[in-house]
Amino acid sequence: MASVELEDVVKSFGRAPVLDGVDLVVDDGTTLSLLGPSGSGKSTLLRIIAGLEQPDRGRVRLSGADVTGTPVHRRGVGVVFQDQALFPHLDVGGNVGFGLRMAGVGGSERRRRVADALELVGLPGYEGRDPATLSGGEAQRVALARALAPEPGVVLLDEPLAALDQLLRERLLVELRSLFDELAVTVVAVTHDPTEAAALGDRIAVLLDGRIAQTGTAGEVIAAPASASVAGLVGQRNVLDGWVVEGGVETALGLLRADVRDRAGDVAVLVPPAAVVPDAGGLLRGTVRGLLYRSGTPVAVVADVALVDGSATGPTLDVLAEPGWRVGEDVRLRIDESAIHLMAR
Amino acid sequence: MAFLAVFFVVPAATLVATGLREGGRWDLGTVGDVLTSTGTRRVAWFTLWQAVVSTAATVVLALPAAWLLGRVRFPGRRLFGASLIVPFVLPTVVVGTAFLAVLGPDGPVAAVGRTVGLDVDLRRTAAAVILAHVFFNYAVIARTVGAAWLAVDPSTEAAARTLGAGRWAAFRHVTLPQLAPALAGSASIVFLFTFTSFGVVKILGGPRIATIEVEIHRVTTQLLDLRTAAVLSLLQLAAVIAALALYRRAGVRRGTGRARAGLGALRPPTGAERWAAAATLVSAALLLAVPIGTLVWRSFDTAGGPGLAYYRALGSLRRGSVLFVPPWEAVRNSLAFGAAAATAALVVGGLAAVGLHRLGPRARGVADSSVMLPLGVSAVTVGFGFLIALDEPPLDLRTSPILIPAAQAVIAVPFVVRTLLPAIDAVPARLREAAGALGASPRRVWWEVDAPLLRRPALGAFGFAYAISLGEFGATVFIARADAPTVPVVIFRALSQPGALNVGQAMALSTILLGLTAAVMLVVDRVGEARVGGF
Repeated sequence: MASVELEDVVKSFGRAPVLDGVDLVVDDGTTLSLLGPSGSGKSTLLRIIAGLEQPDRGRVRLSGADVTGTPVHRRGVGVVFQDQALFPHLDVGGNVGFGLRMAGVGGSERRRRVADALELVGLPGYEGRDPATLSGGEAQRVALARALAPEPGVVLLDEPLAALDQLLRERLLVELRSLFDELAVTVVAVTHDPTEAAALGDRIAVLLDGRIAQTGTAGEVIAAPASASVAGLVGQRNVLDGWVVEGGVETALGLLRADVRDRAGDVAVLVPPAAVVPDAGGLLRGTVRGLLYRSGTPVAVVADVALVDGSATGPTLDVLAEPGWRVGEDVRLRIDESAIHLMAR
Repeated sequence: MAFLAVFFVVPAATLVATGLREGGRWDLGTVGDVLTSTGTRRVAWFTLWQAVVSTAATVVLALPAAWLLGRVRFPGRRLFGASLIVPFVLPTVVVGTAFLAVLGPDGPVAAVGRTVGLDVDLRRTAAAVILAHVFFNYAVIARTVGAAWLAVDPSTEAAARTLGAGRWAAFRHVTLPQLAPALAGSASIVFLFTFTSFGVVKILGGPRIATIEVEIHRVTTQLLDLRTAAVLSLLQLAAVIAALALYRRAGVRRGTGRARAGLGALRPPTGAERWAAAATLVSAALLLAVPIGTLVWRSFDTAGGPGLAYYRALGSLRRGSVLFVPPWEAVRNSLAFGAAAATAALVVGGLAAVGLHRLGPRARGVADSSVMLPLGVSAVTVGFGFLIALDEPPLDLRTSPILIPAAQAVIAVPFVVRTLLPAIDAVPARLREAAGALGASPRRVWWEVDAPLLRRPALGAFGFAYAISLGEFGATVFIARADAPTVPVVIFRALSQPGALNVGQAMALSTILLGLTAAVMLVVDRVGEARVGGF
């Protein structure tokens, strides 16, 4: 097993900077999700860890040893590619055994370890299959078995489940996570999907504009994003602009009392759906525009939320819906100030 | 099909009969005599040897260009790919003449040799033949393998590297096997072309440098030994069928990849790749430009300095000339024959392509090969077959003006089929179904849907057939009447005579033919059918 350390990694393609000084540590045997929008440089960072790209500046260390100049094939890092990249001219056994063959592992030993790897991913006996005949989920498992077969210290996953449909993806997420815990392997998984990031990683590192914007557990990053951009990336929609005043934050929905000892000037306020409480006597009103169900929980999209005695227009918020709410109905709300979170704009 | 029957099957059958029958009885004696003679063995050995060496040299030299086309993003990539095709469509006679100019005592190779004190004259050597073959077939390998390389998912290479394969091991175990079908397919095509090479060898070779194809021509026209010629043709036919079988086997395994990469796989070169890319570009440019440039230069390089003397001489017929007609008339003949041949080839090839399309890809096998057969049977065999088959009633066409276009059309048909069949296959069946559901009869569907979609490929195929016909030499030299020769025939006659004016006229006529072919191909390119001939 191995730890991964990046120190001040810089990379540009042409004149466009992609990575602008990335520092990151992944402890031995833990999993980290690298979350970022498309174009944030997260795949490039993964390729730098693997040795498929060279950083312009900075160091890459595996288990404390500097491997910045080590070519990819001597790093012992397993990679699962976004499009799987199975070798079309080899059968499944040939694909999974490729790394062992390169390492000079032959004969029965190789056959045994190929069988073990396929067993591990739930595809026992698939050795003779042609990759072209596999379903998307099977191909993904074969790609994983191929990366795991040489028993690398670090496994890198590039959008591992992006090509799969929703149901399959959720099932594989759970399987992957327990597999990684069982093997106690160090994992870095790149994704743009917060659900995937939360399910796969002990920790999440958010990559924005070529820098790490925030690291933390899934709970920390999703419930307490460091900035409005991170909040948007992790799927938080109820974000209001505000500015710090005495004892709280002034927003379009009035003064929200909060602890502002370390804050000044412009801020963003995260108001999670649970913090917007239906209340017939509340000071806010709005119009229900839609009713959605997320994992069985009804969420109302309420438009033009504004003070009862204020303007007719305002922000649109997600609200945990009351039974009996109808689309088009006007509702009254209040904000639970103990559940809001202040962030940088 | 009837056209192919009359103009291909009949000549071929007559050929077999001539070789194997004696006085109305089957007699294999001649076959044995010819096959065991040392002369035949020498020619057959040289044919095989030069074909293998030419193919291997072409593969080795063209692979870097394939890599460039399939992996590297650089300005002018499209232009590079398009200009590679130029040598492939050049008439063999032009290529031969150009290499005479390059390798002769006044050419650049000799000039380089003199600077190091060597007297180099590579004319009439195997090296000359092989060099010309590389020039001629470079594009076949570079473009076919380049297209296959483009389709290889680059992350399979990256995956191999992460699994512990070095650069070379990744290429050998992952990239090369994925290129293998295209490599084997294009190499067997090159082998076929070089094995049956005629014009190039006829001009650059010598008494000891002769392929089976050249030998057939020699024993027919100089020794009038039709039986030996027929047996040699059959020997060649057998070799060609074997090579075609290999080509088909290679073709069957195409397209098994799961993820198909594309232009997105191209990346700018980094580090050492820059040098490799630059070296490849420079060497390809040299290979292409030196022969063509030398040819054009020599056509203006008269005894009295640069001038148009050779071109002016083309308009008149000198006393005692072997040319029988003023060379300009040959240009007119070539253009007229070409138009007729291309029209015939388009009609026949088009019908064959529609027929093959109806068969569906799986049932195609043998039918496909038999349409492709004239491609490999070689021009000389076709011409020779015409000569001996169509000379007596009911088919005495020896003096008919349709003979030359017919022979040229037979040779062009496979290229037409290769161009049209993928285009017909590519018309989505849904469009035809939609048109049918909207009330169009099958005939109407063809007219309203297929015809408009196939207009451009058909124009491309026509142009390609025209270019082939302009440059056709092997068959035409057998059947062209002395008073109605085509340009390649006149070039050959001029080259076979001594004298600076004759050589100069050959260079000038070759340059004109080069210009005509380039013009036709330019039009084809404009029409937008890039994958002409399916190579």
